[in-house]
Amino acid sequence: MRFPTTISAAAFLLSALAAVPAAAADRTLTVYTYDAFTSDWGPGPAIKKAFEAECGCTLEYVALDSSIGVLSRLRLEGENNRADIVLGLDLNILAEAKASGLFAAHGIVPQGLALPLAWSDETFLPFDYGYFAFVYDTEALANPPASLRELVEAPDDLKIILEDPRSSTPGLGLLLWVRAVYGEDAPEAWAKLARKTVTTTKGWSEAYGLFLEGEAPMVLSYTTSPAYHMIAEGEERYQAAAFAEGHYMQVEVAAMTRSSDEPELARQFLRFMLSPGFQEVIPTAQWMYPAVDLPGGLPDAYGRLVDPAKPLLFPAEEVAAERKAWVEEWLKAVSR
Amino acid sequence: MSLPWWLPAGGALALVTGVVGGALLALALAAPGLDLADNLGDAYLWRVVWFTLLQATLSTLLSVALAIPVARALARRRFPGRGLLLRLFSLSLVIPVIVAIFGIVAVHGRTGWVNDSLALLGLGRIHYLYGLSGILIGHAFFNMPFVARILLQALETVPPETWRVASQFGLKSRDLFRLIEWPALRTVLPGVAGLVFMLCFTSFAVVLTLGGGPKATTLEVAVYQALRFDFDLGRAVTLALVQLLLCGAIVLAVLQLAVPSTTPLTEGRLYDRPDRGGAVGLTVDGAALVLTLFLVVLPLVAVALAGFNPRAFEVLGRGALWRAVGQSLTIAVSAGTLALLLGAALLVSSRRLRHRLGRPAAAGRLELSASLILVVPPFVLATGLFVLLRHVADVFALGMPLVILVNALMALPFVVRFLGGPMMEEAQRHDRLCQSLGIAGWQRLRLIEWPGLRRAVALALAVAATLSLGDLGVIALFGSQDFATLPLLLYQAMAGFRMAEAAVIATLLSLLCLALFLVIEGGLGGLGRRSDA
Repeated sequence: MRFPTTISAAAFLLSALAAVPAAAADRTLTVYTYDAFTSDWGPGPAIKKAFEAECGCTLEYVALDSSIGVLSRLRLEGENNRADIVLGLDLNILAEAKASGLFAAHGIVPQGLALPLAWSDETFLPFDYGYFAFVYDTEALANPPASLRELVEAPDDLKIILEDPRSSTPGLGLLLWVRAVYGEDAPEAWAKLARKTVTTTKGWSEAYGLFLEGEAPMVLSYTTSPAYHMIAEGEERYQAAAFAEGHYMQVEVAAMTRSSDEPELARQFLRFMLSPGFQEVIPTAQWMYPAVDLPGGLPDAYGRLVDPAKPLLFPAEEVAAERKAWVEEWLKAVSR
Repeated sequence: MSLPWWLPAGGALALVTGVVGGALLALALAAPGLDLADNLGDAYLWRVVWFTLLQATLSTLLSVALAIPVARALARRRFPGRGLLLRLFSLSLVIPVIVAIFGIVAVHGRTGWVNDSLALLGLGRIHYLYGLSGILIGHAFFNMPFVARILLQALETVPPETWRVASQFGLKSRDLFRLIEWPALRTVLPGVAGLVFMLCFTSFAVVLTLGGGPKATTLEVAVYQALRFDFDLGRAVTLALVQLLLCGAIVLAVLQLAVPSTTPLTEGRLYDRPDRGGAVGLTVDGAALVLTLFLVVLPLVAVALAGFNPRAFEVLGRGALWRAVGQSLTIAVSAGTLALLLGAALLVSSRRLRHRLGRPAAAGRLELSASLILVVPPFVLATGLFVLLRHVADVFALGMPLVILVNALMALPFVVRFLGGPMMEEAQRHDRLCQSLGIAGWQRLRLIEWPGLRRAVALALAVAATLSLGDLGVIALFGSQDFATLPLLLYQAMAGFRMAEAAVIATLLSLLCLALFLVIEGGLGGLGRRSDA
């Protein structure tokens, strides 16, 4: 997750320009990821700096417009892609990504993972996790729904902003969330949600931007989103609504490509990804939970967030088998 | 020594059909287990088809229905600002779609001028922009002025004597419309309605930005989503074929309705219509012009004003912005030039068919073939070519040439439209002379054609390059932080709702379009009286 703070944009640009010649080593690691990760207010710049100091190489981001867009781009380029690392896919599209045959096994035994689930994937490694939630504006909405069912059944004048499950991982997360709660009745729930939806955006940043502009009092985001407002802005106005059925979980992952011409460097990056140098940036720039326990613990604000008593998660195989059908079902329900 | 007549057009058409066919084939082959029948049985696809037809039909009807009273008002009234309004109307053809959308959002959005005024008056804000209504507003913005201009031209061909006779008979406004104006409009309506329908049917940026979600999806947007989101090549091919057949058939059918125009174009603008007085006429004309103000003028004003905001300095200081300016200009000039060469090649052959071989119908079909490229989704072209070429070329180097090629193809119909008339006229004037004097080839081009066609060539190139400069199309598929055009940056800023930043880019892009247009039109076309197209 990532937030716009415009203050340091120009300053960052200057420092980035100045940094280029200094780091002009002959080895380059190319990372495909989504744009919010590399933006000035995202974790990308700090991570680039830390890794370049460690590897004596150049880290180059190729920023694309959404996380699922990263995978589409990679499949479009096929074997001729230039990526060494693909970063920012999530658990729910993992099986499909693997089926593309474009990724290589990492060969790393991850140490000290602190995820709420066991991790044994040979291709992908997690770098953060979080829980989807509806974030609301306390000044526009005094009594938010206390469950997904309450939201679905709420009067249609409760307006929400959603992300498209075909392009964005939060959108896909909600698709699975609704499915987990409603099962076969999901299409009816979607038809009701559609009537409350102001707009369905391509990615998370568009949706959150519209929400902050006041286009709707509720937006699909994460339980950790309020931490940004608390820490970066000292603002308690935006809160996540706790839902009784539990919150659907997201694990963001990265992997190295099969066609990488720097496999050793790529492996070094994946190891670095699980080290404090990378992980410490996550809570206050990506606004997600880190994948390992941090030596200094989490910022205090994280203690005041909604704690999802019951994480929801479909088995990866089931998502892989059903995703396409569920997306079709959603399309039909919301375009009625 | 002279080339066979069919060679230039043959070459151009071979390139165009080769690109289209090759791209479709490459995608179809790359799609694992493509099952057309299965894809065609999909209920969602037919819902998309239905919505595409619905919005294109409504957009066309709305544009034409508004354009008729506006053209009438402009034909029978003289008022201060009329000339400026006509100039703004021609601007709507070359203004970047995404810039115009910015203006539309600034006026009609939830925090736009209309809603701000309502709030000031103590009335609630209303959402009316996103969804079908937004698409209709967007399409009317672009097409109503375009239609109105052509209709106005048609009305101005009515000879002054007709109006004199009409007033002697004491005809009422309604009769004037039925007996005089409608027959004049009737000659141009099918052609212009067909073109507007085609543009709305295949519209991308308007639907993507103002459609507001999966409910408002057209075939063109669905193709983009199939490629960008699902990477479902089979579905993209199916959607493209449906669009090609459906839209092509409809446009050809509409063109059958065309009535050949018999009235020669005259400059007879000074006439006295008997229906200038009268409260009803005055009210109708006033209403039409006020509507035009809201629909067309205010968004343009919003664009012009918006760029001057406190963020301007900071946004203009960004390296990425200026890199995008350079890349946009490279694409625009290259695509414009390629479109011009292809268009000229087609026209050289069609001219020969028309004048020396006496086959005007075949010549007409040849020229029409260029317009049909508009029904091919550019994303399918670009992706197909990418899949075809990714094994032989660097995938990062491919983006730019593909954007240039596809933009050039999309600008081809406009080149043919702007260059066609002057080239035919030129042949009418000099063909026999050249033949009898034996002037041909390079000598003819240099001595005869260039001086006569210079202005038309410059105008065609200017339009093609400006359209390409403002295009938000296949760049949406290939863009990354290293390869971006100004329209893409603008789209991203708007999508992220960074409106102050978007405003600066919108103003910069408009100025750049205007400058490029004027530089090409004036520089290449030579100084002197500018054509008023």
